[in-house]
Amino acid sequence: MSTDNTPQGIKNARPLSPHLQIYARQITSVLSILHRLMGIALSLGTVFLVYWLSAAAYGPEAFGRAQEFMGSWFGQLVLLGMTFALFYHLANGVRHLFWDAGIGFELPMLRATGIIVVVSSLGLTALTWIVAYLRAGIL
Amino acid sequence: MDMRTPLAQARGLGPAKSGGTSHWWAQRLTSLALVPLMLWFVVAVISLIGADHGAFVAWVSEPGTLLLLVLTIISLFYHLDQGMQVVVEDYIHGEAAKLTVLIAVKGFSYIGGIASLLAVLRVAFGS
Repeated sequence: MSTDNTPQGIKNARPLSPHLQIYARQITSVLSILHRLMGIALSLGTVFLVYWLSAAAYGPEAFGRAQEFMGSWFGQLVLLGMTFALFYHLANGVRHLFWDAGIGFELPMLRATGIIVVVSSLGLTALTWIVAYLRAGIL
Repeated sequence: MDMRTPLAQARGLGPAKSGGTSHWWAQRLTSLALVPLMLWFVVAVISLIGADHGAFVAWVSEPGTLLLLVLTIISLFYHLDQGMQVVVEDYIHGEAAKLTVLIAVKGFSYIGGIASLLAVLRVAFGS
């Protein structure tokens, strides 16, 4: 640590956190980072939503192509990723809303709600795809 | 040498910029709206698996569907815009780079949102 007591020295010696190389991963920090990553992924994924809706506005041929593309293996891969990203961001977003109301900051509660977020987003993703495949007649 | 007090230097910058509270509040409101709207949307998309254009037009043209679609699109792209703005402000520090990426984010969200709105309205009301 610096012993430089000038205003600039004090400013430089301020601890920077979290220092990523030595920062111990915890469920709280990992979930927090994931929330942002999923938010960014969902934002980029809206390109497919805009494409799908615009195709419908263009007419039957364009919409047919869009439906076929979203049903292709690549389209399904995108949708699978989007489904998980959506449910994760939604579940963790609800957790954030509770924090905004001042509820759930105690560490055991933070860990418990974190686990609930992970389990429920995985579960809802699986449920969505089972229902989707049943509906499509694949299952 | 800056003779201004630390408070004077901080005013108008970062979280002390005008509109911080309304940005925060609007993001909470759109999150709250998007919880039921996105759950509805997922169910709707599943029901549209394999739908042809006619079935899609019939679905969008239902008054309830159109209302929910418009609400979803507005909340979604507003929320996306605000979230991405915070991400850019957090990680991009050079003023020029920050401004460039922010303008790109605004362009992305406004074009995407308006294109989606026009698309569902055109499908619902015909051309």
